[in-house]
Amino acid sequence: MSMDFIISAIVTIVGISTPILLAATGEMVVEKSGVLNLGVEGMMLVGAITGFAVTFTTFNPWLGVLAAGAAGAAVSMVFGVLVLSLGSNQVATGLALAILGIGLSSLLGTGFTGMIVPQFSSIFPSALSQDPFWRVLFGYSPMVYIALLIVFAVGWFLNKTRAGLVLRAVGENDQSAHSIGYSVIGIRYLAIAFGGAMAGIAGSYFSMVITPMWAERMTAGRGWIALALVVFAGWKAGRLVVGAYLFGILMTLELYAKASGFQFMPSQFWASMPYIMAIVVLAVISFRDRAGSEAPACLGKPFLPNS
Amino acid sequence: MIKMNRRNFVKTVTATIALPAFAAKSFGADELKVGFTYLGPVGDFGWTWAHDKGRKYMVEQLGGKVVGDYVENVAEDASAVPVIRDLAQAGHNLIFTTSFGYMDQTIQVAKDFPKVKFEHCTGFKRADNVSTYNSRFHEGRAVQGTIAGMMSKTGTIGYVGSFKVPEVVMGVNSFALSAQAVNPKIKVKLVMIDSWFDPAKEAAATETLANLGCDFIASHTDSPAVLQVCEQKKIYGFGQGADMSKFAPTAHLTAIEDIWGPYYLSRAKAVLDGSWKSTDTWWGMKEGTVVISPYNKSMPADVAAAADKIQAGWKDGSYNVFTGPIADQSGAEKVAKGAVMPLDQLATIDWFVKGVEGA
Repeated sequence: MSMDFIISAIVTIVGISTPILLAATGEMVVEKSGVLNLGVEGMMLVGAITGFAVTFTTFNPWLGVLAAGAAGAAVSMVFGVLVLSLGSNQVATGLALAILGIGLSSLLGTGFTGMIVPQFSSIFPSALSQDPFWRVLFGYSPMVYIALLIVFAVGWFLNKTRAGLVLRAVGENDQSAHSIGYSVIGIRYLAIAFGGAMAGIAGSYFSMVITPMWAERMTAGRGWIALALVVFAGWKAGRLVVGAYLFGILMTLELYAKASGFQFMPSQFWASMPYIMAIVVLAVISFRDRAGSEAPACLGKPFLPNS
Repeated sequence: MIKMNRRNFVKTVTATIALPAFAAKSFGADELKVGFTYLGPVGDFGWTWAHDKGRKYMVEQLGGKVVGDYVENVAEDASAVPVIRDLAQAGHNLIFTTSFGYMDQTIQVAKDFPKVKFEHCTGFKRADNVSTYNSRFHEGRAVQGTIAGMMSKTGTIGYVGSFKVPEVVMGVNSFALSAQAVNPKIKVKLVMIDSWFDPAKEAAATETLANLGCDFIASHTDSPAVLQVCEQKKIYGFGQGADMSKFAPTAHLTAIEDIWGPYYLSRAKAVLDGSWKSTDTWWGMKEGTVVISPYNKSMPADVAAAADKIQAGWKDGSYNVFTGPIADQSGAEKVAKGAVMPLDQLATIDWFVKGVEGA
């Protein structure tokens, strides 16, 4: 295996892991605040078409990404109002949001099929980004670096800042947080909006970075994988990065194994590897930490103040 | 009743939302209602998009005599059964199920609706009221293989496939055989992504093949993702289902365009005049259902001439890529020297020819 080959493989892995990492980071913050939003797939698709449409109109991918985040946040507010202000069931509402997002993005996307948009140019000089070796560090779309920055910022925010502590408190014990004067509902609205924005940006990665085009349902279920990744990572930012890249490695390994003609395992087995891994790791984690102790205690429960 | 789990729930809800839209339409006595089940979204700009173009052509040609409805994003599992059944119950007398994975479901529903005519695309199971139809896409694959075989500098060419179903297998084989005919040393690397439509995975598979040294990548999935990655990687590819040159102006050398319109029109007409019979139809370049898009201007003249020759050969019957000797991956002879593999054997083919790596 040559160096060049390994570097190419790493570039592929990082590229394919990034949108899952972005969406999962947003969802982790939402779940840390005690809300389960299953609508990631829908919000991603709304972000994907919005980012594409805005880039198509303005020829500026940065505006497109911002718009994708805004659109994701906006559509997550539908979910927010229903579960926070009207107290509806989070699982059912989240699934409804996923369906709404799929339908809404298809509707918005009519007329954008078959179009193409300008792509991000590299933020590094081509001497670095095109270099056969250094592209392993500098050869990615700017979104890859932004995603990593966001994950580490979120990890720092949750664990090292007072605001992060409050958000976790709201997710662990909403009644206590409420009784000492924090606005549980207000904080959860903010968390949901952040989760929506991240999902929207993750979606735009599909329509603007991986393949600069719009096609209905182009995220092809990655939103559900992002949901699983949050559990897989035990609601920890560091493990989220590892988990996302592990998923990317497994998926790329599957493709390499197939292309190289390894036939000792059926292709369906390779395709199911990420999910098998997720189950194995979940089993190991829950065995070690006592089942379910890592999940925020109020996850999925509606907040009904005792008065 | 349909068993409800999350996946089915989402699908069923989507399908149910779509259904009343045409169930509510009233229809006249001589009006023919034609239903379609589509695998992907009509906006995939590939397989489903091409079928929908065919549906529109049929409706346009027959004026007010025919209504064409469709349900998109129908999965190739048991959940297709209620969708096909609902189409039949809603008064559609001609139903096209447009993917291989609807084969058993189509046969199953057709038993309960003997008066409704069914047409299953790319399958091989028929009944009195179930026809099968297909296009000889492998004719187009031979044009692509010839181009790739002549132009490849690395001697390794790639293929991004979806599933190991006959339609895909015969395309891979045609591509490999025609490339070997012009360059006996050529290697074909194949990756099946286990999905018809997943742009991100199609892109990753293309990158993988490029990393393994492929400088030409053909695809049998339903989006332009493969081509877009070819363009980024500065290698060559081909459009699938439609002319996709817009997505990859440099990488796109030509495309196989699926033209279903004439077939849909002829079958709708047959139902209208009562001449519909269960048949197996395989049209191709000669009948105009497989069309090769204009070549990229950068293609050398001798390559274009060779590609033209293959096209002409298919049309006048003087060329067939599946002419023996043909060996499978293990080297065992499958088609004897001089023999031509018949279409009914091609329709169930499940082995790859020698020189194809991967699965």
